[in-house]
Amino acid sequence: MKTRNLQFKIYRYDPDKDQKPYMQDIAVEVDSTDRKLLDALVKLKAVDDSIAFRRSCREGVCGSDALNINGRNGLACLTDISNFPEGKPIMLRPLPGLPIIRDLIVDMTQFFKQYHSIKPYLINNDPPPERERLQSPEDREELNGLYECILCACCSTACPSFWWNLDKFVGPAGLLAAYRFIADTRDQATNERLDNLEDPYRLFRCHTIMNCVDVCPKGLNPTKAIGKIKDMMVSRMV
Amino acid sequence: MSVNVTVRKFDAVIVGAGGAGLRAAIQLSEAGLKTAVLTKVFPTRSHTVAAQGGVAASLGNSEEDHWHWHMYDTVKGSDWLGDQDAIEFMCRKANECVIELEHYGMPFDRTDNGRIYQRPFGGHMSNFGEKPVRRSCAAADRTGHAMLHAMYQRNVKVNTQFFVEWMALDLIRDAEGEVLGVTAMEMETGEIFAFHAKATIFATGGSGRIYYSSTNAFINTGDGVGMAARAGIPLEDMEFWQFHPTGVAGAGVLITEGVRGEGGILRNGQGERFMERYAPNAKDLASRDVVSRAMVTEINEGRGCGPNKDFVLLDITHLPPETIMKRLPGIHEIAVQFAGVDALKEPIPVVPTCHYQMGGIPTNYHGQVVVPGKTSQNEVMPGFYAAGECACASVHGANRLGTNSLLDLLVFGKSAGETAVETLKRTPKAHKELPADAFDRTLARLDRLNHQKGGANVHETRLAMQRSMQKHAGVFRFNDLLKEGVQKILEVQQDVQRTEIQDKSKVFNTARIEALELDNLIEVAVATMVSAEARKESRGAHVRDDAPDTPERPNGRDDANWLKHSLWYKDGNRLDYKSVALRPLSVDTIALKTRAY
Amino acid sequence: MVNRKIVGAHYGLMDWLAQRTTAVLMALYLLVMSIALLSGVGSSYQRWHDFMSFGWVRFASFVFIVSLCWHVWVGVRDIWMDYVQSTGLKLTLHVLTLAVLVGYAGLATQIIWRL
Repeated sequence: MKTRNLQFKIYRYDPDKDQKPYMQDIAVEVDSTDRKLLDALVKLKAVDDSIAFRRSCREGVCGSDALNINGRNGLACLTDISNFPEGKPIMLRPLPGLPIIRDLIVDMTQFFKQYHSIKPYLINNDPPPERERLQSPEDREELNGLYECILCACCSTACPSFWWNLDKFVGPAGLLAAYRFIADTRDQATNERLDNLEDPYRLFRCHTIMNCVDVCPKGLNPTKAIGKIKDMMVSRMV
Repeated sequence: MSVNVTVRKFDAVIVGAGGAGLRAAIQLSEAGLKTAVLTKVFPTRSHTVAAQGGVAASLGNSEEDHWHWHMYDTVKGSDWLGDQDAIEFMCRKANECVIELEHYGMPFDRTDNGRIYQRPFGGHMSNFGEKPVRRSCAAADRTGHAMLHAMYQRNVKVNTQFFVEWMALDLIRDAEGEVLGVTAMEMETGEIFAFHAKATIFATGGSGRIYYSSTNAFINTGDGVGMAARAGIPLEDMEFWQFHPTGVAGAGVLITEGVRGEGGILRNGQGERFMERYAPNAKDLASRDVVSRAMVTEINEGRGCGPNKDFVLLDITHLPPETIMKRLPGIHEIAVQFAGVDALKEPIPVVPTCHYQMGGIPTNYHGQVVVPGKTSQNEVMPGFYAAGECACASVHGANRLGTNSLLDLLVFGKSAGETAVETLKRTPKAHKELPADAFDRTLARLDRLNHQKGGANVHETRLAMQRSMQKHAGVFRFNDLLKEGVQKILEVQQDVQRTEIQDKSKVFNTARIEALELDNLIEVAVATMVSAEARKESRGAHVRDDAPDTPERPNGRDDANWLKHSLWYKDGNRLDYKSVALRPLSVDTIALKTRAY
Repeated sequence: MVNRKIVGAHYGLMDWLAQRTTAVLMALYLLVMSIALLSGVGSSYQRWHDFMSFGWVRFASFVFIVSLCWHVWVGVRDIWMDYVQSTGLKLTLHVLTLAVLVGYAGLATQIIWRL
């Protein structure tokens, strides 16, 4: 079986032990059955059990293992080992912009706070009908590219506006979710949702840098969704 | 490690925030009860998120359907080991639960007239097994994701209190056997807490990580099942594990049965659609155990694909690309990522992969945990509920039908929540006092782990367990291998009792978490191996070489001796049995007959 | 005041829209001026002076100056919002920016109309 020696530089920090974070050099042997970065990380953990990172589904749907890989946010379980150039160490850092709990694990409280701030649930005050609320396939299509978000935070933590205003800017993930409900024909709170976002910080910190689109592991486009929210605000105003 | 245990009081504590936990939480929060939901991962990272194909409900949006037909299919799928009262309950509740989800905002695909889109799935037939019926309600091939997010969102709306990244460690029971809550570790700080509750609901999911090759997430370590076993509660039907026919060869990642529902075909190394030989009627949409066994037979008889002839192919290249991209976009993505093929142009290499635990903590259809007692074989254990994959109601019996898992977690998550609410409202009472030894088991485990010297490596021990399970309790089971497997797994158990971690730190110590998870996994593994060794028949997913297909015993099933549920007790590693509930709630018993598709 | 991060100022759309509108107006003005310059209005001081004295050119120039200042106001304020955390300092910078921009606008208008 063909094996390969992978060199890593990994961000390490244990608040109980370390004065400050440092980059650790560590290597691990992987074989041809190890396709993804997460496979290598699991092997690394067998060598040094103190390396801490989150992981769960290992197939890109749970959003646990978002990391900054060679300077770019992505999911470890969807990152191919074969794409790493030979002879250059792989830099692994936690997602930028969020407080660090330990090693590659960040504190996602602010990220989820922003997600919760957009009221991420369907609002429909009509008494629920006995059967499903009807929605045409075309109306349902509007939700494609929006509902698939896995809340991995790759996008928001790649956004400079989110770094500077973590506590005030909703961020691409939250805004994508906001538009997911605005776009849902079953939702009745479009006006409130637009009101909730009409704010120089909450929505208008987006300067269409488009880092979010660049890094989204699910191929979603938060910038486009943000643009649609702005369009709706304009059409509401004029 | 701190020995101070802070006690927090709640009306109810739910362990697990996957589908079942979130559904139960909605019930409790809406009723205004003070509820804590403990979860190892942020709720939307729970493994329900990976479910793909759909949730069963006889809505009849595309053609006539009836809950009774669904019930028949489920009983047949279970190879008659499912409890017919619970199955009737589930199938009758299906429509209501799915409609509720739609009202919560779940983005189901739609039919042209605006109703929930339904697709065919394995084993779902109309008119008592006549022909395939479209019963699986789907949101593309991301149904679990859409469902889990919709339920989390609903919980945000009703202000459920989550304890995210808290790992439950042990069940607290008093001398009378009543369940009074759980001990838990806050992962970020490593501190130990007790959640003292009047109702404890387990929704901890499956334990597929006992196998080497599994579609399950890393977090599926059978925590609830392990905790229950350690607390003296028997585990039901643990020998029954579903091997999903289509896991990506090598990677283990799931490819939904919905692929075959949309027209996908399995082919062997000769390009033959071999399922026509094994299930002339249902073909590729036969029940999962049937398809998995057919695939392994093809591979074993040298008709596999690839250089080692160790997989078969799932072919969708004949489907219109638009259909694939509209109905199966996630599968296209998975095929590229994990099999390195473009499914529009090439078939996907697949092998049967461990997928679902049919057994678990025994419950009734109200979601209450039941154990054999003085008066009945199903005595309700006060204060304790379970739902979803960790529970055994038992609706799946010896083999689960595709899309019935999402239905199970909806119906029984809701029902466990409802029962807990009713019980608490009907008999309001103060918290029962915690016994003096409430935290002893947890503290002893942690203490042992912290002071272990010269012990076993967690990673290697886990690997040894997974390899043993894979070899000795796989798709086909052999008497000799099972006997050997029992010995092996008991040896691994010895190692699990002396695992050692190098990292003894407090903050987010994932090494400690993995060691504690292994404590749970091994309970499941031992229960599985011992129960499987003892069951001397073939039924559903449990097929033995010494119980072959004969005219007297079709498919090797032995109803005279084995139409009964296994109950494994950790204490003494012993087995007991209880009868199957053959009487449904309102309709006639679905009579035993030979299972053929 | 309690020490809390507060949002919900309920403006932002106007500014966002203004930034885009002013950008379009400035682009148009620059286009017209480029054509004019290419057609030789800048060949001598006198021709340039005459051109800039047309009523419609004065009008357009005024619109351009206001657009520029408005555009700058939104942009510079965004920078203060991103990088300055102290409310007092931010307010001071906002006022200073406004004062400077109003001053510039007045001065520029005066220069053009004095011609």
